[in-house]
Amino acid sequence: MTEARKPIIRIRNITKRFGSVVACDNVDFDIYPGEFFALLGPSGCGKTTLLRMLAGFESASEGEIEIDGQPMLDVPPNKRPVNMVFQSYAVFPHMTVLDNVAYGLKVTGVPKAEARARAEEALGLVHLEGYGQRMPDQLSGGQRQRVALARALVKKPKVLLLDEPLSALDAKLRDAMRLELVRLQHTVGITFVIVTHDQDEALSMADRAAVMERGKVMQIAGPGDLYEHPNSRFVADFIGKVNVFEGKVSGVSGGRLAVEVGGMGRIEVPHDGVAQGDVGIAVRPEKTRLSKDRPASGLIVLKGKVTDVAYYGNESHILLDTDAGVQVTTTVQNEKRSTDAAMTIGDDMWISWSPEDTLVLNG
Amino acid sequence: MNAKLETAATAAPTAPIKRRERRNPLDYSSMRWMQIVLAGNFMFLYFPILALVAFSFNDSKRNITWQGFTLKYYEKAWNNIALHDAFMNTMTIATISTLVSTTFGTMLGLAIYRYKFPGKALYDGWIHLPIVIPEICMGVSMLAFFAAMNIPLGIFTITVSHIAFSIPFVAVVVRARMSGFDPSFEEASTDLGANQWQTFWNVTFPYMMPGVVAGALLAFTLSLDDFVITFFTSGPGSTTFPIKIYSMVRFSVTPEVNAASTALIVITLTLTITAMTIQSRSARRQGK
Amino acid sequence: MEDWRKSKAAFAIFMAPATFWLLLFFTVPLAIIWVYSFGERGPQGQTELAVSLENYARAVEWIPLKILWKSLWIATISTVICLLLGFPLAMGVAFAPKRWKNPLLLIVILPFWTNLLIRTYAWIAILRISGFLNFGLEWAHGLLDAGFGVIGMPGLMGEFQPLELLYNNSAVIVGLVYVNLPFLVLPLYATLEKLDKSYLEASLDLGAGQWRTFFSVTVPLTMPGIASGVLLAFILSLGTFLTPDLLGGTDSMMIGNLIAQEFGPSRDWPFGSALSFVLMYVTFFVLWLRATVASRSSGVGEAG
Repeated sequence: MTEARKPIIRIRNITKRFGSVVACDNVDFDIYPGEFFALLGPSGCGKTTLLRMLAGFESASEGEIEIDGQPMLDVPPNKRPVNMVFQSYAVFPHMTVLDNVAYGLKVTGVPKAEARARAEEALGLVHLEGYGQRMPDQLSGGQRQRVALARALVKKPKVLLLDEPLSALDAKLRDAMRLELVRLQHTVGITFVIVTHDQDEALSMADRAAVMERGKVMQIAGPGDLYEHPNSRFVADFIGKVNVFEGKVSGVSGGRLAVEVGGMGRIEVPHDGVAQGDVGIAVRPEKTRLSKDRPASGLIVLKGKVTDVAYYGNESHILLDTDAGVQVTTTVQNEKRSTDAAMTIGDDMWISWSPEDTLVLNG
Repeated sequence: MNAKLETAATAAPTAPIKRRERRNPLDYSSMRWMQIVLAGNFMFLYFPILALVAFSFNDSKRNITWQGFTLKYYEKAWNNIALHDAFMNTMTIATISTLVSTTFGTMLGLAIYRYKFPGKALYDGWIHLPIVIPEICMGVSMLAFFAAMNIPLGIFTITVSHIAFSIPFVAVVVRARMSGFDPSFEEASTDLGANQWQTFWNVTFPYMMPGVVAGALLAFTLSLDDFVITFFTSGPGSTTFPIKIYSMVRFSVTPEVNAASTALIVITLTLTITAMTIQSRSARRQGK
Repeated sequence: MEDWRKSKAAFAIFMAPATFWLLLFFTVPLAIIWVYSFGERGPQGQTELAVSLENYARAVEWIPLKILWKSLWIATISTVICLLLGFPLAMGVAFAPKRWKNPLLLIVILPFWTNLLIRTYAWIAILRISGFLNFGLEWAHGLLDAGFGVIGMPGLMGEFQPLELLYNNSAVIVGLVYVNLPFLVLPLYATLEKLDKSYLEASLDLGAGQWRTFFSVTVPLTMPGIASGVLLAFILSLGTFLTPDLLGGTDSMMIGNLIAQEFGPSRDWPFGSALSFVLMYVTFFVLWLRATVASRSSGVGEAG
């Protein structure tokens, strides 16, 4: 459905090299108006470089970026219809909060009185009414970030770029700010592009995310699809925990794939893509069940010995050495308030899960 | 295999679009105007010195157009007894001044780093005075002092003055070096059973050493190069190299002066580069 | 840090030699000329102790005052030129790619390690009547002359007259700029290098152009470094002796030369001492100014 709209950002075959290092490798996708889009990946994957190319601080070695239908190749950062919230916030320490927010208006010729009024309004948007005359060093980190947000939003950009906006905040504030950013995006209706290395952040805020690894975009999808239908081992592993077993495809029939896996024998899982040869068979820990007795048929089953039980309050993570030769993690919800664990180290247990919950990972 | 073939196939017809990569907005140093400014500045900084050095090898008295390479002015400078004597004086003074000022300055730097005492801020300001007051003021005050004490001007008075202005520089360098010292090294040493003396020689002193060497080389260069204070504290028979060059320069511009100057430049630069290498090498080792 | 009372002996041993030396061979000499500055010049040029402010009164008479004024003026002009040359230089080095920074910085400070006298002398060879600059001008003149000859106007340029470039105030200013440039560039470079570049990016991102960013963000945020470098170059220029002595003319005497003259040929030590203290007081005032600027703007550029 989003595909029907005209993209606000078109990234076409972007490659960026720093000497012999390829930071972005033939990146090609679109971002649509009103989206909350995340660039997600481990550090050094090229996500920040891509964001800086959108802002105009780096230029692509090859490829083309269009924003709002305009090619951006020769447009310097001060002429682009995008604004950025920097990781360090970069709130000018020698200006008051109000001057900071009004700066972007003043330098583009907005009359002083109007700039002031709009800056006050933007401060209201981020709940900083009355802070206008303070100096940045009198603000907390969270407040400084709000100033940075107001300063960017007051320019009414087509796209707001956020570089790791939550990384410098403490854990409690970070959770609150996630909700705040989503609320803000709904209020102003501007496209947000956020760079983050934190999968929870991306999944909880973004409409869609691009998962990057070593300069390449691995998958672009909504949070649910990224989690439930990862297209590669990297994405499955980077987003959430996953248990992976090596298998060999032995047959395909009617949307089901037969795979030979050591310790499990021949299993059949639903699969609608193409697959042949070696594949990874994966399952999320919370999709598995543990039982002392062999569960009923229809499930994929595996025998294992408990090696570790890590208690997290609401749930416990159980580690098992399995017949498949792979260590498996399962999670158990602690639904009852009983302190005597249902299982102890050394217990033999059956691990089982539904074929429908099985992921088939190519390559 | 497949992928290789594929990229080769697509790349061949649409040869890679060659285009000038637009520079990043803050990459000033790769902008043409900045390179011109830098080149102009470097020319301003180096042309005078390079011209001076080049024309010490010029086979012409008028020394403005190039007449061919010669070393005869070096030979002439070398055989100039007065210049030779001045050079020996300079070396004697610089050596003694370096030894004394490095010893005293190092002790002072260490004491200021280590101890807290009443009036420290004031004391600190006082030992920085020789660095900040105009050289001419220090020069004339030394002249007045030696005259009042009836001490004849000569090698002794020059050396005493050089030590006085070198001590603060050495102390500052040593103290800066010590400010990066982690006191827990000393605590660890004591914890392992070493006494104070052993701890100092085995832990503190080796850490301090690059600072001492840098301070000594700085003191040597300062003494070697000093003109103004030496000018007021030297007497007949105690002419130093810079003073001799000064009197030659006042007289006329000759290739011989260029040759003598070049020799002094080479000595100073060698010492300076040695000091920098020692400092950066030890900094790198500490950084690991 | 240890309290000195905990190890008095060690404290005394470490502090005593340098303290003694600086007291006897730095502070006592200054005290002597301070006392002299209230004294009188005897008939044979000897110094007679007295308690009079006459020497200070003489220091603000017309001729010395004119020299002091000229010194301040020359120091100001040379410092401004230093800043105009030094700012782009410091920026060029501070914004260079990482592997280029140290080599470039070394290139900037290397001349600073060659002898002051030699660096000044080098300018004599450039500026004198038969120096490099006049040689270059003559060559350019010849080219132009030939050019006018080609288009049918021979002799339009006239005979080449070498310019009197040496022994005047301009030569002194050039010499001071040359000698003091590294002193201004180093503190400036240090602050520019530490400056978080995302401030500049934020300014560009918000729509300001390069010049606007320079004046609204870069300059205010590097003010401590600018003040430090400018005031350093200024006090060094103000107290100079060698540069006007070698490059200046009869009209280029600065305060340092006047002091040297009073201690030398004029043999009026009390007056020379008073002038020395005037120069030192001006220097201290500038240093105090520098400390004030530094403490007022401390914190700026570090926040965030």
